[in-house]
Amino acid sequence: MEFLLVLGIPLLGGIVLALFGHRQRATEVNIVFSFLTFLAAIALTKRIIDGGPERFYDEQFFIDPFNVFLVALTAFVGFTTSVFSRPYMRIEHDHGRLTSGRLRLYHSMFQLFMFTMLLALTTNNMGILWVAMEAATLTTVLLVSLYRTSASLEAAWKYFILCGVGIAQALFGTILLYFAAEKLLGHGGGALLWTHLDAVKGQLEPTVMSLAFVFLLVGYGTKVGLVPLHNWLPDAHAEGPTPVSAVLSGLLLNVALYAVVRCKVLTDGALHSTLAGTLMMGFGLLSVVVAAFFLSRQKDIKRMFAYSSVEHMGIVTFAFGMGGPVASFGGLLHMTVHSLTKSAIFFAVGHATQKSGTQLMEHIRGLLKISPTIGWGLMLGTLAILGMPPFGVFASEFLILTTAMRQQPWATPFLLVALGVAFASIFGKVQPMVFGESSLRTLPHKPAMLPVFVHLALVLMLGLWIPPYLADWYRQAARFIG
Amino acid sequence: MSLSHYYGQFINLLAAILLLLSFAMLGQRRILSLINLFMAQGAVLCASTVVVALTTGQSHLYWSALITLVLKVFLLPWILHRLIRRLNVKWDVETLINIPTTMLIGIVLVIFSFNLALPISELAGTVTRSLLGIAMACVLLAFLMMITRSKAVPQVIGFLSMENGLFFAATSATYGMPMVVELGIALDVLVGTIILGVFFFQIREKFESLDIRHLEQLKED
Amino acid sequence: MEFASAILLQVLELVLALLVAPLLTGWVNQCRAWLQNRSAPSLWLPYRQLAKLFEKEVVLAHNASGLFRAAPYFIFACMVLASAIVPTLSTDLPFGPAADVIALVGIFALARIFIALAGMDVGTSFGTLGARREMLIGFLAEPALLMVFFTASLISHSTSLSTIVETFAHREFAIHPSLAFAGVAFTMVSLAENARVPIDNPTTHLELTMIHEAMILEYSGRHLALIEWAATLKMYVYSCLGLALFFPWGIPQGALLSNLLIALPSLAVKLGVGGFLLAVIETASAKMRIFRAPEFLGTAFMMAVLGMLVHLLLETGK
Repeated sequence: MEFLLVLGIPLLGGIVLALFGHRQRATEVNIVFSFLTFLAAIALTKRIIDGGPERFYDEQFFIDPFNVFLVALTAFVGFTTSVFSRPYMRIEHDHGRLTSGRLRLYHSMFQLFMFTMLLALTTNNMGILWVAMEAATLTTVLLVSLYRTSASLEAAWKYFILCGVGIAQALFGTILLYFAAEKLLGHGGGALLWTHLDAVKGQLEPTVMSLAFVFLLVGYGTKVGLVPLHNWLPDAHAEGPTPVSAVLSGLLLNVALYAVVRCKVLTDGALHSTLAGTLMMGFGLLSVVVAAFFLSRQKDIKRMFAYSSVEHMGIVTFAFGMGGPVASFGGLLHMTVHSLTKSAIFFAVGHATQKSGTQLMEHIRGLLKISPTIGWGLMLGTLAILGMPPFGVFASEFLILTTAMRQQPWATPFLLVALGVAFASIFGKVQPMVFGESSLRTLPHKPAMLPVFVHLALVLMLGLWIPPYLADWYRQAARFIG
Repeated sequence: MSLSHYYGQFINLLAAILLLLSFAMLGQRRILSLINLFMAQGAVLCASTVVVALTTGQSHLYWSALITLVLKVFLLPWILHRLIRRLNVKWDVETLINIPTTMLIGIVLVIFSFNLALPISELAGTVTRSLLGIAMACVLLAFLMMITRSKAVPQVIGFLSMENGLFFAATSATYGMPMVVELGIALDVLVGTIILGVFFFQIREKFESLDIRHLEQLKED
Repeated sequence: MEFASAILLQVLELVLALLVAPLLTGWVNQCRAWLQNRSAPSLWLPYRQLAKLFEKEVVLAHNASGLFRAAPYFIFACMVLASAIVPTLSTDLPFGPAADVIALVGIFALARIFIALAGMDVGTSFGTLGARREMLIGFLAEPALLMVFFTASLISHSTSLSTIVETFAHREFAIHPSLAFAGVAFTMVSLAENARVPIDNPTTHLELTMIHEAMILEYSGRHLALIEWAATLKMYVYSCLGLALFFPWGIPQGALLSNLLIALPSLAVKLGVGGFLLAVIETASAKMRIFRAPEFLGTAFMMAVLGMLVHLLLETGK
């Protein structure tokens, strides 16, 4: 029942808001639906905590420690984003950047996007996973071009084509996977069910599986934003509305990485070699280094934080690539805290850009004078994402770095240099934006800063103390990722 | 000499025709012919699915053949025809690299994918084991077409043709994916095409042309 | 007895080629006229033209060398030889083992060299221009033609035309997807080699585009007749080659005279249909600009290479 609600509520929300999303009260309805989804996710999580992993509907869906916390996280970030988008979208509406019709599109697609994310996380069928990932692109592509400016159209086109091509590679990988599996599991639906595949992964044909993994990694890796497949990511983040940037960074990248990790587990089982891990480490490290150096050249604040997302996804990919309980634990923790921190930053950035009327960092000055909450929100969020103790990002990066020193010592200098460069360039740019004199305007609606501080508080908590059941999940999930 | 042997040979022939059509699309300069070639590809795909269904006796493949027929032979070409009529872009297929060079790269891609598929083909127990290489070649050729064309409509046709190659891999090399997955894929493709259609109008409204080269403002400094 | 009938068949094939070749040209012209809604010329027009040219006196340019005078005979001889090699009436011809497909390509090349040299011999600008274009086309078409033959040879494990045709026509029936590619490539090459429409237009003397006609502008009388006859023979040989490779059914195996009962009608039907299709292609397509020709032939070459690749992937190791 809880499970049905988790998927049903956002789907229903998408349909309802497609009909009534242009009304005055639609923003509240959006919050209500997101909140209900969140409640359902909490209930589902509680049930899994109490009863252990479960499968639903003829094994078509399953929940295990790995995806249950992602479900909870996704529903939570979805909820806070909807809270944030209420004043944000109203201000955009008042500024005349959006019409009511586009607000309807936004609300409906937001809910459908949540649906696809949750579907991708909970499905047991690798084919449906692909379908959900492609559907996630389709729902967000029109959101990226919501403003209909030439830049946003370009970003959306790039997003669509690059992710479309990428995801097509993933489909080919899925076909190869099925090709390898049908000999063992027989023909029909069972051969793509992840649980079944996991049971026989040792006997899957290694040649086919290694080829399949390459295609799957390239395909889903495009959506993760791994270098050199990341081109769509900064554009889509910078040109879309800020709530969309927040969910893209906070949720979509995570879910895509989740898909990669699921495939890696199977490949590792079939190959008895470290091919999958090595590939992921290579892509991850490249992303970290390239993104860090691109950070310093950015002028647009949302683009800069988009590159920061590439960098952090690179770190997580690297961590999962290394494997082992500690690195995987660090990777999972980093996924969580990055998702929370980055969406908090985008919330703060969204209001900051609305106040200054531009996304160019050189024109945003003295946030603290005008609105202390936004200023502090941005400052703390930046400190958190840069890995300052005592925030959770520090803890996860520390775990990953120490493991890297032990297992892959050659990689640590690259990681350290990249983190240093990222720190210098982001901090150097955020500092004058927050402090100093300002010439900003006031906004017609009160900004919703609560989500920012709730997120940051959670990240702070994760840095100081991880609740035992959460640590337990992480450990279970890490064990099974290997 | 059993009948199924001939089915296998027949599928091989269809596979070769599919590859031929992919090359023809790569060398094609007119959008209208491009759409017709896409339609022909859909028809070949449908035929090959039917033959596989006959060979293996899997009834769900008839359904996917039907979906292919409706979607790729009638619906999508119809949408595309409507689009180019409304957008009035019949003639101008422009390429970023000239066509002979594109074809040469295409040959290299074919050799590459055949090589890649060769070890896999030897593993498969099916009659149609070699088709994976052809399917991969079709996917890569469509990909090549996407990156060498500068206009929006040919890029989209390349995208759809890539999906054709994938579908061919799914039906012929593995005798069809599970039905629910196929339905999902078909839905995604349909929705994707419709969204792209919406896009065309947005792009043209903004730039008064469908040349993707207008979409090169966002660059790293 | 067997040998005698084989010789007889060989002679018959040669005579048939010499006699039927102009008829094929006439048939194609007639079909083309029908398709273009013109009133068709007589089927026998090519014969009458040949006869007329043979009667006419030869006018030579005063600086024409011996090569210019010898070239028509060489060209004609090459084509006669080629038509003797291609199996049309039987796969078991005494001349068959004398030359394989590679030699056949060589014979065509020899004829091409003579006609190009003759074109340049008089030193007019048109002749040189035509010769240069002809060499360009030949240079691009020959590799494609060779690749087509190689694909067929890979299938039948032989480069001898007789064996290839025998394999296709009389062994166990099998679908060869590679031959689809090879067929497309061969069609493109034959259009270019025989100066047909997308590359050259045999009916005009438009200076910007003509190739074949440019080279033979200086010829007259019986020389021109021989060259025209050779051109019709070339088309006939290419047609028969295409039929032998891709539609070999109806070419009998043994060297028995009674086989002619099957061989002759089937050849007539196939040539008729083939000629009609050629007319359709010529009507449907537009003449290309000359600098598109390399692209056209490059495509043909790639098709042939693809055919070979497809053969290696799909048809080996069964």
